[in-house]
Amino acid sequence: MLDKNGIATRIAQEVRDGWYVNLGIGIPTLVANHIQKGMEVEFQSENGILGMGPFPIEGSEDADLINAGKQTITAMPGAVYFDSATSFAMIRGCHVQLTVLGAMEVSANGDIANWKIPGKMVKGMGGAMDLVASADNIVVAMMHTNRAGESKLLPTCSLPLTGVGCVKRVVTNLAVLDIKDGAFHLVERAPGVSVQEIIDATAGELIAPSDVPEMTL
Amino acid sequence: MSISKLVSGVEEACSGVEDGMTLMLGGFGLCGIPENCIEQLVKLGVKDVTCISNNAGVDGFGLGKLLSGHQIHKMISSYVGENDEFERQMLSGELEVDLIPQGSLAERCRAGGAGIPAFYTPAGYGTEVAEGKEVREFNGKPHILESALTADFAFVKAWKGDAAGNLIFKATARNFNPMMAMAGKITIAEVEELVPVGELDPNEIHTPGIFVQRIFQGHSFERRIEQRTVRPLNSPS
Repeated sequence: MLDKNGIATRIAQEVRDGWYVNLGIGIPTLVANHIQKGMEVEFQSENGILGMGPFPIEGSEDADLINAGKQTITAMPGAVYFDSATSFAMIRGCHVQLTVLGAMEVSANGDIANWKIPGKMVKGMGGAMDLVASADNIVVAMMHTNRAGESKLLPTCSLPLTGVGCVKRVVTNLAVLDIKDGAFHLVERAPGVSVQEIIDATAGELIAPSDVPEMTL
Repeated sequence: MSISKLVSGVEEACSGVEDGMTLMLGGFGLCGIPENCIEQLVKLGVKDVTCISNNAGVDGFGLGKLLSGHQIHKMISSYVGENDEFERQMLSGELEVDLIPQGSLAERCRAGGAGIPAFYTPAGYGTEVAEGKEVREFNGKPHILESALTADFAFVKAWKGDAAGNLIFKATARNFNPMMAMAGKITIAEVEELVPVGELDPNEIHTPGIFVQRIFQGHSFERRIEQRTVRPLNSPS
């Protein structure tokens, strides 16, 4: 079973040389720490930076330089700042090759819910709806089950949707799954996790081939 | 000869703001918010205003100050997760809230300033955001019709500016400020550094002065950090 950094490590393998990548808040942010050395990749944060660098050295943080999670960051050489409309032109116009974001629920037809729990939590969708509606390549990073142990991979989402039919791949602490033709397709198992454990933790229809390879991390 | 937009200070800048008006406020989180004008709106005590701002500040700072004084009737935002008082007022029904996707918010402001009454976007299709909105297919993909936003007053914060109203923003403090500057009937810019006309390189100006009606030298910027994240000295980058 993977921890959060393990999920991020596996998702980093999805990144290709020359890609612009948008990372959401939480586990997705960790992906930046696991990119293969020597690869040319630029991180976009939708509040207005391309070429986002690591957190600043203590004492050099700048209130005017933050990411979409409102965390202080740095800018890499060659970075650029822009306004919010330009930022979402990059996103809506499919100039960003990969979007990684978290989710509360994902359904077998690729719907995603991650912005609202009616009556309990209403934080807002931020840029998530624009990101999932436009990106060709959306990878969801999340735990396979919620704190109550219930599956987050469902036949249909029960929470208000963020986007419909948009998620292509999900990487969880248990597995890599692709979504096509209205079902989850098991692609890889996390180290030490059996196919049966994944079947048990997946509420939506799951198609598992006879031989499911273990992830190489 | 350039047209001067210079006013004496925040009092003159905010004159004419009245109860019930629609106000735009630039910033993302607490980054690039018009701190001086927010203070002044608190002092003026204007009520029942509609605020268009990506976020709603935090408890006791930024728009949180207007919220705690119950000055806001309606918020139009994309993300409001950092403010307990906001959540309380929303759940109790005291505060009307319209949550819209961040890219749609930015484009609706841009459209408002650019004379585009509405546009189609894929963001929000199939969600609550699409309820009551026209849906139309382009290139085989459904889109929803979003309308432009404008405001009686837009408040923006810039790094440098001149009396002609030309503005340069710093780093990610730019965010929504340029679009909101365009969409305000009266746009007020508070700047960290007011420089003589002619000193800003015309190649490097982000917001042309035509979008700004009043500009003043701001004071006592707190520039509060919401999430201070650092790495230790000598750590690998």
